[in-house]
This record gives sequence, C-alpha cells and structure tokens, in this order.
Amino acid sequence: MTILGAANAVDTGDTAWMLVATAMVLLMTPALGLFYAGLVRSKNTLNTFMMCIAAISVAVVTWAVVGYSLAFDGTAKIIGGLDHVLLNGVGFEPRDGTTIPHLVFFAFQATFCIITTALVSGAVVERMRFGPFLVFSALWSVLVYAVLAHWAFGGGWLAAQGTLDFAGGVPVEMGSGFSALAAALVVGARKDYGRQALLPHNAMFVLLGAGLLWFGWFGFNGGSGFNTGNNSVLAFTNTLLTPSCTLAVWAILDAIRGRQVTAVGAATAIIVGCVAITPAGGFISPAWAMVLGALAAVPSYGVLVWRTRTRIDETLDVLAAHGIAGFTGIVFIGFFAEMQWNGIADGLFYGDAGQLGSQLVAGVAAPVYAFAVTYGLLRLIGAVMPLRGPDDHEAVGMDIIHHGEEAYATGEGALLIGADYTPPEKVAVGDRT
Amino acid sequence: MKLVIGIVRPEKVNDVLEALYRAEVRGITLSRVQGHGGELDHVENYRGTRVQMGLSEKVRFEIAVSEEFVAPTVDALCEGGQTGELGDGKVFVVPLERVIRIRTGETDNVAVTPTT
Repeated sequence: MTILGAANAVDTGDTAWMLVATAMVLLMTPALGLFYAGLVRSKNTLNTFMMCIAAISVAVVTWAVVGYSLAFDGTAKIIGGLDHVLLNGVGFEPRDGTTIPHLVFFAFQATFCIITTALVSGAVVERMRFGPFLVFSALWSVLVYAVLAHWAFGGGWLAAQGTLDFAGGVPVEMGSGFSALAAALVVGARKDYGRQALLPHNAMFVLLGAGLLWFGWFGFNGGSGFNTGNNSVLAFTNTLLTPSCTLAVWAILDAIRGRQVTAVGAATAIIVGCVAITPAGGFISPAWAMVLGALAAVPSYGVLVWRTRTRIDETLDVLAAHGIAGFTGIVFIGFFAEMQWNGIADGLFYGDAGQLGSQLVAGVAAPVYAFAVTYGLLRLIGAVMPLRGPDDHEAVGMDIIHHGEEAYATGEGALLIGADYTPPEKVAVGDRT
Repeated sequence: MKLVIGIVRPEKVNDVLEALYRAEVRGITLSRVQGHGGELDHVENYRGTRVQMGLSEKVRFEIAVSEEFVAPTVDALCEGGQTGELGDGKVFVVPLERVIRIRTGETDNVAVTPTT
C-alpha cells in the first residue's frame, strides 16, 4: 500500500463503480444461499439458506468491530493493528492507495468477508446445529478470513514477498475451500451419508443461484482494482471469458464420464470458472484467461469425483469448487502473468520464474493456515457445545428443529394458536414421556 | 391375497425398502401422505403467526401379495419402519377380491407374483 498523500483524491467515477460493485458482491451471498439450498434435501432448505443469511449479520459485525482493522490497518507481516476498530478513522477521505472513500473500501471488503464466511457452511449443512455455526462463523471471520486478507490484500507477508492475488484466491477461495475440508472432518458425515442417495432437491435453485453468483462476480473481480482503470476492465472481461470456457470443458468431461451433460454440473462449472479467474483477473491476458477456464475444470472435476467416493462428507464440495480452483488460479498467475497487460509483473512464461515461486508460497501457506486454524477452532467449540444434534433431529430435518418453519409448508393440518400458548415440549420429536 | 398398507415415517422409507428387498417382496406403490397418529404436535412460527402442525408427513406403502408373502411383508414394514418413538406408523392388512395384471390380463395370485 503506497501512500499517495495529497495527490490522492476521491474520484467520482471510481467511487460510483465501487458503490455498485459492493452491492453486487453482497447479492452473491443470498445467491450462494439459493445455490446451496437447491443442493440439499427439502427438509434442510431453510437452514442451509439461513446459514448464508446469518453470515451476513455475523461477518459484518465482526468485520466492523475488529476484522477490518486486523486485515487493513498497517502493513505488519502477520496481522494488522487495532487503529480501525469500530470504523475508527474510516471516513470520507480516500483510502491509502485508492481513489475511493475509505468507507466504500471498508464496505466492499466487508462483502468479501461475508461471502467467504457463508461459503464454509457448505461443508457442514444438513447436520451442524445452528447455534454452534453462528459461534464458529463469528470466530472464523476474524481468525481465518481477516488474517488471510491481511496476508494477501493488507500488505502482509504474502503481498510483501510478491504474491499476486487480484480478488481473493488466497483469503476467499483457498481460505474457504480448505477450511471446509477441516470443518467436514471435525463435524463428521451426515448419518445417511454413504447409505442413501442424498440428492439435490431443486436443481432450478442451483442454476439460478449460480447465475446470480456469476452476475455478482463481475462486481467481485471488476471491483477488486478499486477503480475503473485497465486492471479492473481486464478483470471484468476475464470474468466473462473464463467461466464460459470452464462450462464448455466441464460439459465435455460430463459427457465422457456419464454420456450426458448435467445441469447441476453446469452450475458447478460456472462457480469453478469464476473462482479460477478470481486471483488472476487483472493479471493475465484475455486469451490466457480462456485457457485458464478450460484448464481449471479438470482438477476440480477430479477432486469432486474423488471426494464422493470417500467417507469425507464435505457436503457441497467447497474444497473442489473453491479450494482447488482457487489454487489453480493462483498458480496459473505464476506462469502466465503478463506485464504488457497488467503493468506489474511477468510470469514464468514471460521470463520471470520468481513470480511462480511467490505464487506457490501462497498456494501452500493459505491452505495450511486455513485448514489448521479451522480444525482447531471447531474442536474447541465442539468441546464447549455439541456441534450436531441427535440422529432423530437430523432425520426430521434442520428446518423444523432449528427454525420452527418449513420451506414448503402446505398449511394443511395447521391450527392457529394464541400468543399465550406454551407447547408441552419445545419440539415434540425425540423426547417424550 | 392381501393388500398390505404400511404408513411410515418419510425418513424410514429407505430402511423399509431395504427390508422389503431382502424379504424378496416386489411390486410396491408408495405415496406421500399427511397423517396424525399419537405423536405430539410441533409448533411453527411464520411472521408472528404461530401454528400447531397437527399433521405429519408420512409415506404410505401399498403392496398386494399372495398369502405366503403376507407375514414377510408385514415383518419388513415393521422392522424397517421402527424407531421406537411415537409416530412410527401402522400396518393394515386388507383382504383383496381381485387382482388383474394390465399387461397380460393375468388375474389373482398369478398377477401378484413377480415375473422373473
């Protein structure tokens, strides 16, 4: 982060774009909720969606209180300072190194913390209790997200040693993906996993969610230059090119493996493509972005197929779609970053092998940190409160157990009762005399 | 010939199907139904409206069998559907007057015996 001093003024065009981009990234979290809710069984629809909605509240509060400060105050190696706690010193003046008000910069970064926190829920849906999830997401958004964001965006040691990460391959994609793996291991598989076919209950939600995510991703990648300059324009257009190529290759892989091109597969491909271009967006040429899209489909597809054959119930494949595709994107920069396009650095292919080294360091450090801290954190929370309920709660479904609602209530057999009514048991299932 | 009707919890359907498969019972119709047995109702809230849900989701099996398959079918429904909690459901065994296999016109015992 260079301090430009007095020359650094707010630019109205940049600010206008960043206001829109922030709202677009916020939309990605309900879109993710829709995507995730379609992938689970109907009895867990609301709970799955609610984990994303709850992440908005939890992550914004932790971000405003301390997360933003730890990520973006100062350029210490490991963690930022506390000068921006509760938005202290975050006002209308431009954020250092940008031409947008500090407040807008804060809000834009907050939406990243939200979506990343929501992403992790995909590993534990359909069995993790809602309360412990809220506790986990509050702590995770600070201990994992804010730290990784500092390393990659806030001038921490990864940025300092030259890692290029345009829009969050480190904190968002690898951070969520490898945390999801740890979370799935600690929380454990759903009781029916491996015994019954657990199918998506509404593939339409999955497709619509993926489409809305893609829309929001233009703000996510296109806004990560904090301006309307060349890098932002490049990232914006690459966000169109890369996922389209991933879609094509994914369809071919689907056709080879199962003779049919699946809709849920296509929705997944959109996510994988968007993830892959996230770190690389403003650094590689449009032609290489298309190659990245095609290439990124392969490892993610492979991990997805491999994972379903294991006992690891990483339910919605956050590792394959985000962790692996994010890794692919980060490493790809090391080969094909092009000074001519990004004005910053060349990759191995254009003569700088050192860039590949910097990218690989991030490709190892982020997964190790995210996995280890998430694993420890969930173990700790699990020691204080049970992470999951009894099997019969899981059988009835999280919606009725944790929210007292159903996604598809018919109203048949429902009797109106007064406010003074106290049920004999909170929920009749499971414990009775 | 009997018609065996089993009403079970939706989450036990797979267990029941497994038990029926092991008992070599073939020819099953099932439908999603709502019902009320002896289980306690649960309360739901929608924007300030509190409702007591008197009907629970159940799945109804209908299986037409010849006499020697009645006991295995009933056993399979009970074994697969049981959790020991209220609301596990019921099995009804009803006499059957006529059965016709539409494809061939075969009737009665022949019609309820699976073609192999």
